[in-house]
Amino acid sequence: MLTLAPVCGPEAAIARANPVAKLAAVAVLSTTALVAADWLTPLLLLAAIAVALPFTGIRPGPLARRLRWLWLAAGTVVLVNAVFAADHTGTLLFDAGPLRISTGSLLAGTAIGLRVCVAATAGVLVFATTDPTDLADALNQQLKTPPRFTLGALAALRLLPLLSAEWRHITTARRARGLEGGWNPLRRLRLFASTMFTLLVGAIRRAGRLAAAMDARGFDSGIPRTHARDQRMTPPDWALLAAAFLVSAAAVACSTALGVFTVVV
Amino acid sequence: MIKVEFRGFAWRHAGRRAQAVSDVDLRVEPGERVLLLGPSGSGKSTLLAALAGLLTADSGEQDGDVLLDGRPALELQPRVGILFQDPETQLVMARSGDDVAFGLENQAVPPDRIWPRVHRALDAVGFPYEPSRDTHALSGGEQQRLALAGVLARRPGLILLDEPTANLDPEGAEAIREALRSALADTEATMIVIEHRVADLLDLVDRVIALGPGGTLIADGPAEKVLAEHGDHLAAQGVWVPGAPVPRRPAPAPGDTALRGEGLTLVHPRADRPALDGVSFDLRAGELLAVTGPNGSGKSTLALLAGGLAAPTRGRATVPGEPRPLHRLPARRLATRVGSVFQDPEHQFVTATVRDELAFGPRQAGWPKDRVDARVSELLERLRLAPLAAANPHTLSGGEARRLSVAGALAAAPGVLLLDEPTFGQDRRTWGELVDLTADIRDEGTALLAVTHDRDFAAALATRELVLDAGRAREGEHR
Repeated sequence: MLTLAPVCGPEAAIARANPVAKLAAVAVLSTTALVAADWLTPLLLLAAIAVALPFTGIRPGPLARRLRWLWLAAGTVVLVNAVFAADHTGTLLFDAGPLRISTGSLLAGTAIGLRVCVAATAGVLVFATTDPTDLADALNQQLKTPPRFTLGALAALRLLPLLSAEWRHITTARRARGLEGGWNPLRRLRLFASTMFTLLVGAIRRAGRLAAAMDARGFDSGIPRTHARDQRMTPPDWALLAAAFLVSAAAVACSTALGVFTVVV
Repeated sequence: MIKVEFRGFAWRHAGRRAQAVSDVDLRVEPGERVLLLGPSGSGKSTLLAALAGLLTADSGEQDGDVLLDGRPALELQPRVGILFQDPETQLVMARSGDDVAFGLENQAVPPDRIWPRVHRALDAVGFPYEPSRDTHALSGGEQQRLALAGVLARRPGLILLDEPTANLDPEGAEAIREALRSALADTEATMIVIEHRVADLLDLVDRVIALGPGGTLIADGPAEKVLAEHGDHLAAQGVWVPGAPVPRRPAPAPGDTALRGEGLTLVHPRADRPALDGVSFDLRAGELLAVTGPNGSGKSTLALLAGGLAAPTRGRATVPGEPRPLHRLPARRLATRVGSVFQDPEHQFVTATVRDELAFGPRQAGWPKDRVDARVSELLERLRLAPLAAANPHTLSGGEARRLSVAGALAAAPGVLLLDEPTFGQDRRTWGELVDLTADIRDEGTALLAVTHDRDFAAALATRELVLDAGRAREGEHR
């Protein structure tokens, strides 16, 4: 479930970058893409991401597989917005009664699809290349988030794969008792509910035990924690952040110069 | 080294009427190594939790005092380390080294001193991998050793061990004991351990304290003296006293074949070898076939395939009078042919009361109401579950839940019963009950197959043994 094929090795440049720097860079790019309403600005941002990819150490194959649903989603966004636009301007390209596509609506739809692409691609790039432990460490140290929240989430994350194994065990045990969903949807639903109940009973017990073990090791005892691994911004991290600002500014400047830049109102 | 004192200590868990322990007066001197014995429900774990500072005011009601070096236990929490029995729920982090570091970070150890202490603790327990090792990739025994490293790295003055080997297979348990031996030799810390299997730990302790129900003191003194004077009594209370006789229940001559496995093979996609590779066997009415072998040898896979709960890649499991292989049978029909009992009884509970749990199988099989009622009454009596008939199965004790899961699988009178580690983690008394119950079922003509690590269980009941190794069957030893 959470052990998706990694899109880069642990030594890749982007994997070693500071998680907070990566988050900030993505925030800059996504905000630019979401504020700009034209089609050129997000396209330029996407192009910049594509150009930067070879320097990050990301493997293109696994990344493309991770993004394949995104392309489908973005395509749907373009189509829906092109067809159901409030007003159609320019030449009519397709007309079937209520379903119409015009050059104006197609352009507007494409712009929205491209903005979705920028935000989603940048987000995937960060979360697919960041170890959850490093992220929690960085959030604690740099943004001073409460460890009770970040480390609690981390511990819960560690237990998730156990749940899927547990689900399989419970389903098998149900078959042994003579319970099986089969083709009856009502029976399937009831079986699902009862399996879920058993799963939750186990999960709650387990969470209680884990909490006791964490308490016993002094977690959240009021002493300010130290950090085994130092997380801070290094010069390459500042460079990454600066690059994100530069690319955003350049994209906006470029589309303004060409007279297409508009802002979402 | 910490001095431990209970003075008139009593504890009632929030929401319970009865006290878990009452009037406990105990003293453990600094540096002593103590084994705490007692039946289930004697409040041993409650005492350790109190010492570990885990009984906070909002979780129950306390009388008397728990003192460490003369101060309330909660104040000394940073100097106490506790190891629990379930390895899976003691690890917090994804990377092994980080998990050991977690306890040091909480203690505000300066960053430059954390990693040397992590490495030393990992060495001390014989952790065989790099600190960056994923904690999910570890076996149960390795996880438990890692959790022990997490305890030792904090340099506790009091080490508490709450059944540290109960959830482990024999190899994992021995590795933990080995790690404990070397770690305890290196520290002067006071140590208190709870364990049912006494024999393996006696060399680590110099004093035994035996508790009765509610935490009353039964015996206290050097191990040999306590075991010699109170051995029989303790064995009756559920303690595995070394040298106490283990029952044998020889089987009558077996009957006809009740379950046949032919070339059972299971290959997981992307695995480098089959989980099970061409295993054949004949299981006859009135016998118990013990399936043994190291971890990962395919024992549990065999139980799943033989029980018709997973589809084999090749081969088939069949019962007489049923032309289809078991994995093709609809669940309702399967449950009347072969019963399976899993390691975790709670996975099998499908109703809200003990009575319904027993009636479930027969009702599914379409038995008339009076026959179902008669069967349920009979099982309630036989398995001594009658007083609990209206209880929710999820509220039963470990031993009761285990008996109920066996009874539930037997209710629809299948001719074959498969058991996966039936005695895992049970105290001596529950163990004895399970041996008697299994022997009765066997002698009534049910064919039994038991996957087990438990040599004593196999010796007491098995007519034959099927030894698995890396998915293949070794020659079965006939007794």
